[in-house]
Amino acid sequence: MEHTVVSASKFNAWFGDNHAVKDVSIGIEKNQVIAVMGPSGCGKTTFLRCINRMHELIPGATTKGSMKLYEDDVYKMNPIYVRYKIGMVFQRPNPFPNLSIYDNVVAGYKLNGLKMQKKDLDNIVEKSLTSAALWGEVKDSLHKKGTFLSGGQQQRLCIARAIAMEPEVILFDEPTSALDPISTASVETLFHELKTNYTLIIVTHNMQQAARVSDKTAFFYLGELVEYDDTKQMFTAPKDTRTQNYITGRFS
Amino acid sequence: MDARIGVRNTKSIIFKSVIIFLAFVITIPLIIVLLYIIKQGITQVNWHFLTNIPAPVGETGGGISNALLGSFIIVVMASIVAIPVGILAGIYLSENARTRLAYYAGLCVDVLQGVPSIVVGIVVYFWVVKPLGTFSAISGSIALAIMMLPIVIRSTEQTLLLLPSSLKEAALSLGVPYHRVILKVIVPCGFAGILSGIMLSVARIIGETAPLLFTAFGNPYLSTALTKPMETLPHLIFTYATSPYDDWHNLAWGASFILLMFVLLLNIFTKLITRKWNIQL
Repeated sequence: MEHTVVSASKFNAWFGDNHAVKDVSIGIEKNQVIAVMGPSGCGKTTFLRCINRMHELIPGATTKGSMKLYEDDVYKMNPIYVRYKIGMVFQRPNPFPNLSIYDNVVAGYKLNGLKMQKKDLDNIVEKSLTSAALWGEVKDSLHKKGTFLSGGQQQRLCIARAIAMEPEVILFDEPTSALDPISTASVETLFHELKTNYTLIIVTHNMQQAARVSDKTAFFYLGELVEYDDTKQMFTAPKDTRTQNYITGRFS
Repeated sequence: MDARIGVRNTKSIIFKSVIIFLAFVITIPLIIVLLYIIKQGITQVNWHFLTNIPAPVGETGGGISNALLGSFIIVVMASIVAIPVGILAGIYLSENARTRLAYYAGLCVDVLQGVPSIVVGIVVYFWVVKPLGTFSAISGSIALAIMMLPIVIRSTEQTLLLLPSSLKEAALSLGVPYHRVILKVIVPCGFAGILSGIMLSVARIIGETAPLLFTAFGNPYLSTALTKPMETLPHLIFTYATSPYDDWHNLAWGASFILLMFVLLLNIFTKLITRKWNIQL
């Protein structure tokens, strides 16, 4: 277990009275792609947002149980530090509309007021955009606004923005659900490349996507973690009947 | 069936004609007022008019430099207070829309917006002018700042409420502390809206007369002393237009023209700025 990056044990989350995540225990290993799937309202996005403490920003949201990044309890760390270490990409591409492509990539540094050499920033921009497979498309228009890009490019820009901070883990909240199939394919290809350096946790509605991109899959149902196993195992021989029903499309 | 469709179409056409006609009609009073003031005022305006103080009765010439300077000083001082306070309060209201404090603060803003300007003037008169024992430019600024506040607060709040929450989440997920999220992301993205609110509030208070009657009062001479009475454009128009002398009436027309042009330009600028700086989300 020494390669476990994120581990939750008996983790619960609420919105007011609504018990959205129930007693979830899971260990996520380094440099893997983990897909989190389940029907709408099963708590998968809430669980994801608990990992980098975005959940608590919603009024009335509470949590109980332990969530660890390596050996440190995420809920005893400064949330700002947690979010440096655990990046996030959202459902809809959300580049900062007031910033250029360049500034969007280094937004984590600039908005935090970290003073950096221009040369270092240039390097970060090129490296991050290259990792996000966007460098070739935007290298001549780095100083245009990020919102001029297409949806898929914007989403890769958001990925570059998360990579630029060199986090341990990147959380993806249904990252392709607002994208067309071609953009989706390019983002999915990225996941394979990114996992050499990062640990990726991807929430998805789309079972085919989970099967295509992930090493391991977690199936959430009604706030519980029903099953967590190798993706191949899960999709060929699920242990739980609820997983089987979901995969075979008996409910969704 | 065909006949009924015909009737319906006719009704639609009549309805459309009525709203187009009314939209046209409402512009007529504005155009008439504009033309009349331009006709009466434009002949008065020249360099001499802008750079001299009003002439005593019986002498020809004279200008409105004292009122121009006075209005400028009083509005700038009011803005210095009202703009930062208004923006910060607007940020609070949009960020904490559901709290009890926001509810009551919002209510107060609405009430403040509805308070007649003359009442604001009287209150400032009793709070500032009476204790100090003199009419003063500064009391005029206080009255105008109070008039400005609700406009700046509401426009900031409305602008920021329209920004998607995903923007804030994007910044927070990068580990940006809350105050920087607001100052570096939220406010810049809503900048055009906030700025247009500010400019409209300036356009609104520059023509306020009632609160200045008992505060800045007026002064026939050029003055920059903040604790002394100071002339302003609307007050000059009021005093000179109600005087019995033709020369003074002309002065008031000229001043009206200047004031009108200023407000008009401010409104046009606001439109241009919001169009140019509006951020595509």
